[in-house]
Amino acid sequence: MVDVLATVLTFAAIGVAVWGLVLVVINRRFALNRPYGLALAGAVLLLELGLLVQLVTGLVNLFTTDRVVDQWTFAGYLAGPVLIVPLAGFWAAAERTRWGPAVLVIGCLTVPVLILRLRQIWDGHG
Amino acid sequence: MADLRETTRSGPGRLLIAVYAVFVIAATARSAVQIATRFDRAPLAYVLSAVAAVIYIVALVCLVKGSRTSRRIVVISCVVELVGVLVVGTVSLFAPQLFPDATVWSCYGRGYGFVPVVLPILGLWWIRVSGRAVAQ
Repeated sequence: MVDVLATVLTFAAIGVAVWGLVLVVINRRFALNRPYGLALAGAVLLLELGLLVQLVTGLVNLFTTDRVVDQWTFAGYLAGPVLIVPLAGFWAAAERTRWGPAVLVIGCLTVPVLILRLRQIWDGHG
Repeated sequence: MADLRETTRSGPGRLLIAVYAVFVIAATARSAVQIATRFDRAPLAYVLSAVAAVIYIVALVCLVKGSRTSRRIVVISCVVELVGVLVVGTVSLFAPQLFPDATVWSCYGRGYGFVPVVLPILGLWWIRVSGRAVAQ
């Protein structure tokens, strides 16, 4: 497992969540026609790209390792965030109130949890 | 009733739907893996995981639909969810031998930050609040 990437993704996801939380607090929607919204969308896109890289490298590691890993569960936790983050992004952008960024906060906060589980499964005590 | 639909799906309802979607993904994936790979180990727990997944799917779809009828189904599924999480949570505490492996509802959903016990209450609350908002 690529540990550096997992750590970077964990902090990136928390960063995007904090950004979303700020928008919730100052009562802004996830507006794609505003710089702060567009930058947030860019951050979500980067996060998604990172998660895709993690999916690919994770699957490669899974098939090349000698470890005994619960394969299906591991693959599920690899694919989960790849699915959740863009869905949260689209669902958030469709909302015209502060509840839009709130959706993004929840979506992004699942990422560190899933990565933590991924580590536990890889280490064999999932 | 486009108005009712819009009200159900927006504001806090949008966040509620997002959380339900996460639980649909989590519960469905979990029970699918459990049932497909090791059903013999804990059949009761895995069947309950699947039941939970189906209830979350029903609640999610009906919240997104937001019609008069689908909102009633949301109420029913929230009540079933609440009863389910309380019963399974209690049984898993006092008769853990029945659950050799965890379900979404074990220990009142502790493995999921107790969200499974809070979610149905929020669902019922939101149906009530959004219904009133449309009625006015």
